[in-house]
Amino acid sequence: MERTSVRDLQDVVIRFSGDSGDGMQLTGTLFSDTSALMGNGISTFPDYPAEIRAPQGTVAGVSGFQVHFGDHRQLNPGDYCDVLVAMNPAALKANRKWLKTGATVILDGDSLTEEHLKKAGFATLDPIAELKLDEYNVVVPDITSMTREALKDTGLDNKAVVKCKNMFALGICFWLFDRPEDHAHKYLDAKFAKKNPVVAQANKLAIAAGYNYAANTHQFANNYRVAPAPLEKGTYRSINGNVATAWGLCAAAEKAGLPLFCGSYPITPATVILEELAKRKDLGVKTVQAEDEIAGICTAIGAAYAGNFAVTTTSGPGLSLKSEALGLAVMIELPLVVVDVQRGGPSTGLPTKTEQSDLQQALYGRNGECPVIVVAASSPSDCFHYAFEAGRLAMEHMTPVVLLSDGFIANGSEPWRIPQMKDYPAICPPIVDEAPEGGFMPYVRNEKLARGWAFPGKVGLEHRVGGLEKDCVKGCISHDPANHQKMVRARAEKVAKVAEYIPEQTVYGDAEGDLLVVGWGGTRGHLQNAVDEMRREGKRVSLCHFNYINPLPRGVREIFARFRRIVVCELNEGQFAAYLRQQLQEFRYEQYNKCEGLPFTVVELKQKFESLLN
Amino acid sequence: MADYKYTPADFKSDQEVRWCPGCGDHAILNAVQRALPEVADRTDTPHNLFTFISGIGCSSRFIYYMKTFGFHSVHGRANAVATGVKVANPDLAVWVTTGDGDSLAIGGNHFIHAIRRNVDLNVILFNNEIYGLTKGQYSPTSKLGKITKTSPYGTVEKPFNPGELVIGAKGTFFARSIDMEVQLSKECMVQAALHKGMSVVEVLQNCVIFNDKTHAAFAADKATRAERTITLRHGEKMLFGADREKGLVFENMKLKVVTVGEEGYTLDDVLTHDAHERDTTLHMMLAAMKYPDYPVAVGVIRAVEDDAVYDRAVQRQVDEVRAQSKIRCVDDLLHSGATWEVE
Repeated sequence: MERTSVRDLQDVVIRFSGDSGDGMQLTGTLFSDTSALMGNGISTFPDYPAEIRAPQGTVAGVSGFQVHFGDHRQLNPGDYCDVLVAMNPAALKANRKWLKTGATVILDGDSLTEEHLKKAGFATLDPIAELKLDEYNVVVPDITSMTREALKDTGLDNKAVVKCKNMFALGICFWLFDRPEDHAHKYLDAKFAKKNPVVAQANKLAIAAGYNYAANTHQFANNYRVAPAPLEKGTYRSINGNVATAWGLCAAAEKAGLPLFCGSYPITPATVILEELAKRKDLGVKTVQAEDEIAGICTAIGAAYAGNFAVTTTSGPGLSLKSEALGLAVMIELPLVVVDVQRGGPSTGLPTKTEQSDLQQALYGRNGECPVIVVAASSPSDCFHYAFEAGRLAMEHMTPVVLLSDGFIANGSEPWRIPQMKDYPAICPPIVDEAPEGGFMPYVRNEKLARGWAFPGKVGLEHRVGGLEKDCVKGCISHDPANHQKMVRARAEKVAKVAEYIPEQTVYGDAEGDLLVVGWGGTRGHLQNAVDEMRREGKRVSLCHFNYINPLPRGVREIFARFRRIVVCELNEGQFAAYLRQQLQEFRYEQYNKCEGLPFTVVELKQKFESLLN
Repeated sequence: MADYKYTPADFKSDQEVRWCPGCGDHAILNAVQRALPEVADRTDTPHNLFTFISGIGCSSRFIYYMKTFGFHSVHGRANAVATGVKVANPDLAVWVTTGDGDSLAIGGNHFIHAIRRNVDLNVILFNNEIYGLTKGQYSPTSKLGKITKTSPYGTVEKPFNPGELVIGAKGTFFARSIDMEVQLSKECMVQAALHKGMSVVEVLQNCVIFNDKTHAAFAADKATRAERTITLRHGEKMLFGADREKGLVFENMKLKVVTVGEEGYTLDDVLTHDAHERDTTLHMMLAAMKYPDYPVAVGVIRAVEDDAVYDRAVQRQVDEVRAQSKIRCVDDLLHSGATWEVE
């Protein structure tokens, strides 16, 4: 076999795209897992339509999966791609704007029929000219017919054979980037070998056919090597944000020595957390798939009252429905974690797209003076840590915590060095086991201003609580004006005091400079990447990224004071900026905002930062 | 404690009872406080396991008057909160006090789903056919045409019959009582507590301020109740009337009121109540009987044992999976599936 030259690359972005039934998510996952096993740094981003099977062949129905892999840790899935795999003209059209200059495009030649081109909205029969792809390396293998040819002896019908064409495309990419096939084989065996070994075999044949085609054709100028990343020593796994969140909640329950209870209602993009927790009966987790969002949180509140570590998981519209009950949990002062995996809003909005626009809902979206702790995760794997933290703060401070994730980090995945639970602290909720002299007083507070948690079933601790304002000691109903004032302040001070129990705010980069980039939650990877690149260019730019939102950590004022300008970047219209203006009024905040249902790109961030430095 | 017999006083809190004088709620509180010592005794349940959950409304203030664990939640959500409590700790004896507004309007969804799941809760549904705490608006059980503050020309919507709703949602236990019939209420509550699965006891309750005498047509006094209601007991003939001379027979696919000894009807023709029958047909008919066409049925109408009790099933599944799984702690979980080493 004539071998083309091999080139070394530091990092590569591949975007797999096709109809939403074409298996692009699986193709992308197999490629990224294979690369992770080879030791590359990885970050992935699935981008799929809200419909399960949107109209075939249309731009609206295109499903994509982007993999960014390289010889160093990848902070984000990459803005633009080096390789686009397009299984039909619609996929090509939808992703044209994401091509890096000179990128390689692999397009299924069999899909270039008049019918398909028309459906995708092309005016001519030459999509390559129409999209001005002359400067790109466009390869148009007949993927469907070559797959059919390779699988002709399997005995499978045409429909089943055509389903394997995604594996042919995977085979091409395996050759291009010198990846072994064994992980994909193992996966296919596990998935099909028992039920349908012929299908497993067919998929493997398709991978091999794609690989051989790529090796034999002269259309690819090179193939590439991407060296392993110098990662910290340890055992690694690939993890997405939703699974990491579920596992972090399990970890908090284990460290508190309490059973985990999850009452939830399915909602995109949060559902995977409930699905994962439903599997975790092995760890004693109880899940209730409730009749609605309100019952989700109310069953969780009931379980918290009964002494479980209780959580409910949702997205923005569900958080709206849970507002009243969240107020009840604030009033009764029970530990509860509400996970909001944010998506584009308002209303049903963009269910499968990412946004950070629930921040103010989390902070303020309830009647009355109703403070809750708000924590945000910033990468797929650190969802584990912040879910654990949300649990720790809820249980030790006897208050609800809203944990904000988003569609981008929830569905994105990255390699994760597996932590050991012995390195995590014990969680010590103020559980009351027996009545003190004079009887149990439910609203007597400890040094954290947390009240005692006395579960039903504990002898001699019978007491009544409720959503009506309560006497500040006994907990019985009180309409006394001074008592209400006292309780409003106590609930606020309890949350404010949490600042003493969370890490001080840190700054990434130098402690002083010309521009401080401020962000929170799931944008960290893009912000850090942009800041890194500017610092390499000698710019005095640093990043102050927040995971603890309410209360703000200690040390923020000192950090902010040492920069000439501050720009707050968020995927909303300025909610965190408004919050900072209220909390730290002495600073001037520039804003960079985006509501397109997509993550930031490093390119656009750098442009903004450059303009602020001038 | 084993030999100690609880008395009603053991279940009375130190809070002043603040319902209106003459309100039917006083009688219901009395019935519950009299039922619990017997429940504790017969189900071997110590005091500390009794937990009362409520929503919002006059009925929901109930929990403050009980010297048990109590949770006064938000409007309509008592059954959802109680589901969480019971699933989290199936050993608790969980009671719900709720009203026709709380459980049949704003909380209707949670009510029917708790019934469908057959969560082992004991629900006391105070039905006064009015919103009392908000001062007199019609409720989902108000009679068609009822004039209230929000229906000054009479309602134009038909009411729910709670019994039909419970049985229609595959409820395994439904009983009905009248606030003044404290002994019958107590009997129904004890039976509800003995039942494994969701029990609903509807108590026809008088709101003396906003809907006085709403049930009076058949419940005004003992003599009226004898003629116009029928007390059902499992295994007993369906007889009523001052001299138990009237009975229910099944004819032409319908229930019919007859007088024993007249028109050729004998005692043998009168139906015998079978509360344990799984088929819902007859229970539905009994629950639906309305005065003046029929006597209103009180007592335990339906009590069907069903092994599928939700909270126990959840616990059983957890126990089964735990016994088999190799994942026993979070460290095991984190290392499950594909991992790789970086040297």
